[in-house]
Amino acid sequence: MSTATAAALVPVSFDRNSLRYRLGLVWYKVRQSPLTLYGLAIITLVFATMALAGVIAPYDPNAVDLGQRLLPPSGLHWFGTDEVGRDLFSRILYGSRQSVSVGLFVVPISGVIGSTLGCFSGSIGGKVDMVMMRMTDIVMSVPSLVLTMALAAALGPSLFNAMLAITVVRIPSYIRLARGQALIIREMNYSKASLTFGASRWHIVRWHVLINALPPLIVQATLDVGGTILMAAALGFIGLGAQQPTAEWGAMVATGRNYILDQWWYSGFPGFAILITATGFNLFGDGLRDNLDPKQKAS
Amino acid sequence: MRAPSILSIDKLSLEFPIYKGTVKALNGVTLEVAPGEIVGVVGESGSGKSVTSMTAMRLLIDGSFKVTTGSITMLGKGIVHASEKTMLGLRGSQVAMIFQEPMTALNPTRRIGDQMVEVIRLHRKFKKREAQIEAARLLQEMHIGDPEQILRHYPFELSGGMRQRVLIALAFSCEPKLLIADEPTTALDVTVQRQVLLLLREKARQLNTAVLFITHDMAVVSQFCDRVYVMYAGSVVENGPTAEVIAAPRHPYTQGLLKALPDRVPPRTPLEAIPGTVPDLARLPSGCVFASRCPRARKACTVVPDLHPVDQSGSHQVACWAVQEEETQP
Repeated sequence: MSTATAAALVPVSFDRNSLRYRLGLVWYKVRQSPLTLYGLAIITLVFATMALAGVIAPYDPNAVDLGQRLLPPSGLHWFGTDEVGRDLFSRILYGSRQSVSVGLFVVPISGVIGSTLGCFSGSIGGKVDMVMMRMTDIVMSVPSLVLTMALAAALGPSLFNAMLAITVVRIPSYIRLARGQALIIREMNYSKASLTFGASRWHIVRWHVLINALPPLIVQATLDVGGTILMAAALGFIGLGAQQPTAEWGAMVATGRNYILDQWWYSGFPGFAILITATGFNLFGDGLRDNLDPKQKAS
Repeated sequence: MRAPSILSIDKLSLEFPIYKGTVKALNGVTLEVAPGEIVGVVGESGSGKSVTSMTAMRLLIDGSFKVTTGSITMLGKGIVHASEKTMLGLRGSQVAMIFQEPMTALNPTRRIGDQMVEVIRLHRKFKKREAQIEAARLLQEMHIGDPEQILRHYPFELSGGMRQRVLIALAFSCEPKLLIADEPTTALDVTVQRQVLLLLREKARQLNTAVLFITHDMAVVSQFCDRVYVMYAGSVVENGPTAEVIAAPRHPYTQGLLKALPDRVPPRTPLEAIPGTVPDLARLPSGCVFASRCPRARKACTVVPDLHPVDQSGSHQVACWAVQEEETQP
């Protein structure tokens, strides 16, 4: 396996199938676009924060100290304190766990469900496809924020219900995308060739459609992480997300709004954290799209 | 008639409905393939070659076409109204197909080996490892030097000729009774084309597989096929043993085609072309479809001519009124 490539085909000494080569290739491409790298750096930073919040944070995020209310940023409290004297820097560090985990929870689940449904819908066609498409039409005809709010409110305010609501509302866009891909792929020659070799329709979905539909879906998913974090923050802001005293960026911005004229840091720093995180995921998603989707090459 | 045929198409007419009209893609095509025989189908673009093969495999999308008359019998089973289950039983194990584009007929995201193992295990109860060995053996028979190696590659890492060999190996993997090859060498350059054709023939003879070989290349037909069908605008205009049709073509269209071959004229002389263009299949003239371009058109040509034998054994047939008149008035 070490010198696995045939000399006649590829006159080089490394194995082009090895994981090392593949990862190297991805890194090589990513390195060529600085914006993607910034995105990646931000994402790494955010993940590090999530993992190490307990180590970095100088204070307990929920420790109330009424003597230290609404202090401006200083060497003691880097981002200042809130109205009950909790350290904002510590709360933002811990808050990353809430916000980002929403993205990491919602996107894979809605992505997998939506993609699978979409691939089947497109491959089966006919009435099944019709019903599926009309259902997605209905969901997509309502602005997604409004629908998510309605669902989250109906389920009751909690972080888990907020996640559930966002997941449900995100599914149709994946169905649409995957269905379009399925329609293309089932007409590809290799699907037809498979038919002539005796493959069933089910086999073609499993073997050809699902895997070849992946690149645009991965891009969509990466771009969605940023959007989902924003959505979670928005739900937190209107009180439908994580509940007090849990540190959550959206909720912090909302409470800070009462003090925004005199204590800008209360809303400012959590808002900035949301901005940076969402931007990071979006930049990385854009970079992935440029590399994975040859049809939409960045000009 | 010869031995019971593998594939028998009888006066098949097929049309595609379009806005305010129909495209009459096939107009009474009759075609027979006997066991172990290599049969060529030649004709220009739009003459119905591919539609014929796609219909025989039932690959056209349901509802997009309408068979108006005629029937297809493959290995004793009627195909036109066959259920999907019947087709699943035939495809792969009894009948296989090779496509024109070896570039796109393999899934780009799967290794050659995985794809071959998958097809082999679809029809035979092999363990994964056994199927891998079988795949390597099949590639070896396609004269691929280092099969283990090729099995680990992805399709984009192989050349066109290599890919077509992989596909031929796949098509023969279940020793089908019939192989439909739809312009299998059109996308390849001439030297590779020859290698692939020789391989195809060797394998077909070895397994006694009948081949329905669709092409627009007369030269390939003359080297490769036992019998040939010449198609024009959805009809068979002439058929017979290849040598006979090439040496003594009777239908004016076949004669025109052969005259247009560049190797029959000295250099720097213009090639002889058939005047006019192929008729619009949505507005076919009544009568003989070739009449408007035919140097020997006559009054009788307003009625569609049937195929009639022009030699003693009846194996060489032509659909032309002019030829029929000659035959009856010696």
